[in-house]
Amino acid sequence: MGNVRSVDLDTKVIEMKNIVKKFGDFVANDNINLTVHKGEIHAILGENGAGKSTLMNVLYGLYRPTSGEIYVNGKKEDIDGPGKAIQCGIGMVHQHFMLVQPFTVTENIVLGMEPVKGITLDMAKAREDVKQISEKYGMAVDPDARIEDISVGMQQRVEILKVLYRGAQTLILDEPTASLTPQEIRELITIMENLTADGKSIILITHKLKEIKESADYCTIIRLGKYIDTVKVSDVTEQDLASMMVGRNVTFKVEKEDKEPGEVVLEVKDLHGIDYRKVEILKGLSIQVRRGEILGIAGIDGNGQTELVEIITGLRRAESGSITVNGENIFNARPRTIFEKGVSSIPEDRQKHGLVLDFTVAENMVLQNYRKPEYQNHGFLKKDAIRRYAEEAVKKYDVRPDDSAGRPAGTLSGGNQQKVIIAREVNNDKDLLIAVNPTRGLDVGAIEYVHKYIVEQRNKGKAVLLVSFELDEIISLSDRIDVIYDGHIAGSMAGKDADENTLGLMMAGGVRHE
Amino acid sequence: MSRKKSIFENPVFLTLLAILVGFVVGAVFLTVMGYDPVLVYTTMISGALSKPRFLSYSVVYATPLIFVGLSVAFSFRTGVFNIGAEGQFVVGSMAACLVGIFVEAPPVIHAILCFLAAAAAGAVWGVLVATMKVKWGINEVLSMIMFNWIAFYLSNYLVTIPAIHSDGTAEATKNVADTAKILLPQSMRAGLAPATNWGILIALVFVVIVYLIIEKTTLGYELKAVGFNKNAAEYAGISVNKAVFTAMAISGALGGMGGAVHLLGLGERISLFAGQEGFGFEGISVALIGASNPIGVFFSGLFYGALKYGGSKLNLIKAPSEIIKVITGTIVFFIAISHVFKVLGKKKEGK
Repeated sequence: MGNVRSVDLDTKVIEMKNIVKKFGDFVANDNINLTVHKGEIHAILGENGAGKSTLMNVLYGLYRPTSGEIYVNGKKEDIDGPGKAIQCGIGMVHQHFMLVQPFTVTENIVLGMEPVKGITLDMAKAREDVKQISEKYGMAVDPDARIEDISVGMQQRVEILKVLYRGAQTLILDEPTASLTPQEIRELITIMENLTADGKSIILITHKLKEIKESADYCTIIRLGKYIDTVKVSDVTEQDLASMMVGRNVTFKVEKEDKEPGEVVLEVKDLHGIDYRKVEILKGLSIQVRRGEILGIAGIDGNGQTELVEIITGLRRAESGSITVNGENIFNARPRTIFEKGVSSIPEDRQKHGLVLDFTVAENMVLQNYRKPEYQNHGFLKKDAIRRYAEEAVKKYDVRPDDSAGRPAGTLSGGNQQKVIIAREVNNDKDLLIAVNPTRGLDVGAIEYVHKYIVEQRNKGKAVLLVSFELDEIISLSDRIDVIYDGHIAGSMAGKDADENTLGLMMAGGVRHE
Repeated sequence: MSRKKSIFENPVFLTLLAILVGFVVGAVFLTVMGYDPVLVYTTMISGALSKPRFLSYSVVYATPLIFVGLSVAFSFRTGVFNIGAEGQFVVGSMAACLVGIFVEAPPVIHAILCFLAAAAAGAVWGVLVATMKVKWGINEVLSMIMFNWIAFYLSNYLVTIPAIHSDGTAEATKNVADTAKILLPQSMRAGLAPATNWGILIALVFVVIVYLIIEKTTLGYELKAVGFNKNAAEYAGISVNKAVFTAMAISGALGGMGGAVHLLGLGERISLFAGQEGFGFEGISVALIGASNPIGVFFSGLFYGALKYGGSKLNLIKAPSEIIKVITGTIVFFIAISHVFKVLGKKKEGK
């Protein structure tokens, strides 16, 4: 994708020189250089834990660098806090939004620098200002909507507007696409282009190569805290970027031999269910997953896939229908019963459902199995056995750091947390593995591992139900794809025949064919 | 990622630092009020520790606090906030008192029966609150505060029942039978406080039991998992409601036994209360100072007990014994914000 944007290479907005940041003996940033020009989208690429966020926290004043210098518009600045960063025209949109949920969009944007009239708030002016900025950059938001009522994509726009309202010239976007749908990602790229056309600069922290190719002008690669290179994005391929990031060749293609599926493991028939608002969200959905088969469920978020998985795993009660695993009824059974009948799952939200972050990795590894005789004796935990089991898993699944077993799960990076869950669920070795967005927020290196293990389960003759918003992932992994739309399966196709366009159309409810 | 741990990350050091700050702030208050802090503190400390008799009193004061502290600490570790230990303490005393007055049994066994009754009463008091939370979603903090008052008035009512009321003139119940008391044998109490009792050893046993439950058992694992992240626990097949019931029952039982140990060791009978005695709230302080760790609670209970007994000596020098509330309040406050010390410590090291 060609970048027609004109970057002003003579105006350096941000220069970070020889930045070193140490935490004790650990070097998070080792001599990193970064130059951002006016009107440029500069991507920072690196694996989970490579030091991207640390570098940006240094720039935003959240960390003080151990050594190194920062220049803003050619002038050396000592950025000792976010207040100073904002003064220097640097704004940051964090991966996890920092919005006041019951406040309106306008209230959130002006929070901390509200326009006043005498001693009262001038909300009319605030509202006008917000409207003006949002229209200028093509960011449609409803200034009067409450944050809790608007979509994630919209919340992100509010965060960007908040930064712009504070006069930012350089915007740091930390993993901005992690929780967005493909449509929202496209909209975000348009917004970024509007911003740079107006002379703003953007620093984009990401590990999604496709987005870098689509939007960025330059890309700086960091690996294990070290500066690797800065490249012009149009000169390199995604493959080049991936290799530089991981330090070895990465295969995007998932190796998968043909396999004839066996008997039915999961059978869902005519399932009806309601969501948290008590609105019917599943309207007679039926699916079937067989041994040695990966069934991919493609669909836009909110069409019932979350509720489907919650019902199968016992977290939500269904209204009617039937669900069996290996012929045994698990309809509205308790989670433990369902687990024991042969269902394990990699949940959508790893921090909410997947892990107890305050528990150690070892304790998390036995979250379902702590009652097995291997791990307890008359109600007393066999801590050594649990520890040994976890240490093996940490080694086998390459969870980092390699002494993770005794550390609280919350201290691990997102990718490594996910590896812990994958290790646990794959080791559970159940007949059905449900994986929901299993690679969300992971870098290519980690994605490769996750995909490998999912395919391995299938090859071992397990049934796999894969629910994902990443169409690439669905297409490359699935043997069969069911498209979910408005609470039912709107269409079905073999994985090898699938292409994004047809699927995309079906996901939007465009065609319906069996 | 190995790095040397700063002393400011050591919880024991932080607690000691908070205690020091508590005394310093107390000294400031005393000075402002026109008292000599050195005199006040020496009076308190020597009053609590200088003689075997004083020391044993401190321990007697500490024992119920350790139980209530354990009760609150257990609840903290399992994700419920037991602000109702006060009520559990009171119903525990009532149950122990009734069994102590009306049941006839040989020594030891009688005391054990009293303890069982107190534990059961406390557990029921906790489970009632848990039921309201689980069945109807009623906030447990609110209902526990209500239950504290219900227990309070129930206890005052109990005192007025003729069959239970003291035969003497005191506005109190009858004394519990001698067989129910847990006092040390007369010969061993020579030179010690007359109320010196086995309670501290019983408390120590429960410190160990609670420690084992929390750290070593599948039950503790389940309760902690629910406490830390009930979504993940539910996802993994642990019953969240059952865990809330169990946690409240155990916590309530510990609170109830606090009432029993106080009654059978020191009180002998229940008097008409003018206001809540505040054991439950002191238990929150004890749990916080002890970092919600059973062993920590044992020591913080002893500390608090000594402070409480030492503080009672202050009227000898006409100083206000309320100063101990200033001190403990400050300690809890500084423990609550102890991460500030951590940050300060880090900054210092970074330079």
